[in-house]
Amino acid sequence: MSTVYPTIKKIAVVVACAFAGIAQAQTLKIGLASEPTAVDPHYHQTTPNEALVSHIFQPLLAMSPDMTLMPALAKSWEATEETVWTFKLDENARFSNGEPFTAQDVIFSFCRILNNETGIGSGAVNTVRRIAAIEAPDERTVLLKTTVPQPVLPNELARIPMIWSGIVKHDKLTFTPKEGCGVTSPWPVVNDFNSGKAVVGTGPYTLRSYVKGSGIVLERNDKYWGEAPAWSEVHMRAVPSAGPRLTGLLAGDFDLIENPAARDLKRIKESGFEYTVKPSVRVMFFQLDAGREQSPMVKSPKGDNPLQNAKVRQAMSLAIDRKTIVARIMDGVAEPANQYIPQGMFGAIEGAPALEYNPKKAKELLAEAGYPDGFELTLSATNDRYINDAQLTQAVAQYLSRIGIKTTVDTMTRSVYFPKRAKREMSAALGGWGSETGEAGNFLQYWTTTYNKELGVGSSNYGRYSNPELDKVYLQAMRTLDDGKRSELLQQAVKMALADMPNIPLHFESGVWAYRKGIAYEGRADQRTLATGATLAK
Amino acid sequence: MALFIVRRLLQSLLVLLAVSVVVFCAVYAVGDPIELLVSPDVAQAERDALIARLGLDLPLWKQYGVFLWRALHGDLGNSFVHGIPAVQLILQRFPATLELVFVAITLTCVLGISLGLVAGLYRDRWLGRGIMAGSIFGFSVPNFWQGMVFILLFAVWLGWLPASGRGPTIDVLGVPLSVFSAEGWSHIAMPAVNLAIANIALVLRMTASGVSEAQSQDYVRFARAKGIKPGRIVRRHILRNILIPVVTVIGMEFGSLIAYSTITETVFSWPGMGKLLIDSVYQLDRPVIVAYVMLVTLLFVMINLVVDLLYAVLDPRVQLLEPTA
Repeated sequence: MSTVYPTIKKIAVVVACAFAGIAQAQTLKIGLASEPTAVDPHYHQTTPNEALVSHIFQPLLAMSPDMTLMPALAKSWEATEETVWTFKLDENARFSNGEPFTAQDVIFSFCRILNNETGIGSGAVNTVRRIAAIEAPDERTVLLKTTVPQPVLPNELARIPMIWSGIVKHDKLTFTPKEGCGVTSPWPVVNDFNSGKAVVGTGPYTLRSYVKGSGIVLERNDKYWGEAPAWSEVHMRAVPSAGPRLTGLLAGDFDLIENPAARDLKRIKESGFEYTVKPSVRVMFFQLDAGREQSPMVKSPKGDNPLQNAKVRQAMSLAIDRKTIVARIMDGVAEPANQYIPQGMFGAIEGAPALEYNPKKAKELLAEAGYPDGFELTLSATNDRYINDAQLTQAVAQYLSRIGIKTTVDTMTRSVYFPKRAKREMSAALGGWGSETGEAGNFLQYWTTTYNKELGVGSSNYGRYSNPELDKVYLQAMRTLDDGKRSELLQQAVKMALADMPNIPLHFESGVWAYRKGIAYEGRADQRTLATGATLAK
Repeated sequence: MALFIVRRLLQSLLVLLAVSVVVFCAVYAVGDPIELLVSPDVAQAERDALIARLGLDLPLWKQYGVFLWRALHGDLGNSFVHGIPAVQLILQRFPATLELVFVAITLTCVLGISLGLVAGLYRDRWLGRGIMAGSIFGFSVPNFWQGMVFILLFAVWLGWLPASGRGPTIDVLGVPLSVFSAEGWSHIAMPAVNLAIANIALVLRMTASGVSEAQSQDYVRFARAKGIKPGRIVRRHILRNILIPVVTVIGMEFGSLIAYSTITETVFSWPGMGKLLIDSVYQLDRPVIVAYVMLVTLLFVMINLVVDLLYAVLDPRVQLLEPTA
């Protein structure tokens, strides 16, 4: 040991110096709120995963910070027929090993998504399933063929990163997922990416190291075909509790942190740090059990389920003062919601009025619906998933109590909450949903449309609200390629949903980032934290 | 001795089996992880395929059977969330925790026993009284709060130490350790002290009361009357006799620190096993929780075995086998 020790010490000194040297180069240290579960871009579609992966891999099309579609690996896209989307790939696009990005890589990426044995629940599978055939007339042109018109396909493709076909052995690649697409070696699994072996992307960064629970180090991709990013190196570490994450920033462990608690923003400013607040696409809402004669958490004097009555649902919405909730509970770091996606996005009702706060009218409506003395209701919510979820629920409960609905609150940890909600053990359940396609159809598809396993719609419609008229308008919109017409149809569907109010929208969460002086950070509506969004301030 | 060890190992197997049944049922009762794992925009067919792949469609007894069969072959299952073997996930985190606990335990032994000795020997003077009074703070201040205060003081106000995380690591025989660099020590200092303080107080008080009790015993008086030097009395006569309960406590604490350093690891974002357990509980990552509890049980069993063996070393009168009647 006595002979080993000095050597180790020497190594230690060398390594420590090396680290100190790196720290002086342009390194960005980021404190994340939750850890990505893998580097595999087709593994798990969660915000932390998508954020990490988008440093290394790129999709055909990308979303701007305000959720408008823009070119990425494809420089143009167009519906050349009702059921054919044609993409022109950018001839400059290169992988980090210098290989050009071609149509073969597109076919391989889509094939891998359908042949991903280790993946857990990536929505990308849904999207790729809708592609019936892929044709590549030349190296830089890709035709995606579908059986029915798919106007939202480009938006969905913005969430599907492309990988390099050279990580497997293959003959000529064809889009025949069942027959193996021409791949002759085993498909890559999650560990091939986590170990860095299969990590070959076209993005601005490459993976240096990924140690679960300890941290992620990215370094600048010298062969990047786009504009070089500001930081030569990016260190990311997850610190789930907001308090330690903030102290990490204050102590200089981090240059940038995501999701500091809204109540700390004043202190951040006073301590000489900066922050960015960016309204997000995540809407918070209460989903009501509108589909059953009897509901488990409701007790009505008549013995029925008052939540089936649209007037009752409207009355509940009228009873909630969203402005006050945003000001008091959310510390101003949210926007009152008047529909399910923010104003200005595709399919949002243009110039929609704020949802009214009028307890008097609410009481009248309740009486009109036949419940002058109200009823008993329990609001269910998480207490560790969304920003201030438990306090928010308390506030809503008080507003409902004021119009005569005797409301109690039941909050629980997310691991108990989500399985319970899926078993439909709730009557009014808090939900949060970010429409990452940047258009109104996304929320309607999962939360409002009638539950239908075959069509893949209404899968989160736990309240089992059903309105055939709305379904018809929504489905028609999803088959309409004409943007103007589709937007109109979507607006019509959203209006119907608001009139019937099966989901009471509350507010849009805001993404918040805090950072040290000397950095400028542009937030994103999809709440992803990207090193490329941070620049050295002038 | 060998027979004793074999018998203890057999007992351990039974304990592990019982623990596995209890944990498996408990984790099963919490709920269905599929809703946490899978986003609502995943089609039902995918969801069903995943449920089947994870074996969640089987009845509880069958799931347990599959688990037990695999466990017998050394496979405690794959993490639902990370998709890699649960044991691998835990072992990746193990060096970080072990390192932290070793530093904390070393601090506990060195400071706890020496301060306890001083406090016991100078029981009636201000020095002894001061140490005893100080030790009360040691275990009455909540661990997480103490950690927060440390961070505020040393990281935010004074800026001496980093607030969170682990320093750069160096592979020693394939195990990544951070205690061989100055930066590594700056990271480990606060969490290790935070973890150690309550234990120092505990060991200190035990040692002090043992020492003051032993001092009034006949054998110490005789030794003193015989004219043996005070230093030798303390080393050979007092310490040796009072160390048995202290060793027991340190052994138990060693186990619980490894298993439940969760709070410290969370406050300081130390990438150890405790933090992994918390994350896994949040995500209902059943295989990781079960594997974790199994490994920790094994650890406790082994520590108890070592403690028993240490008794025999410390006190020759201790016999490891009950005499056969």
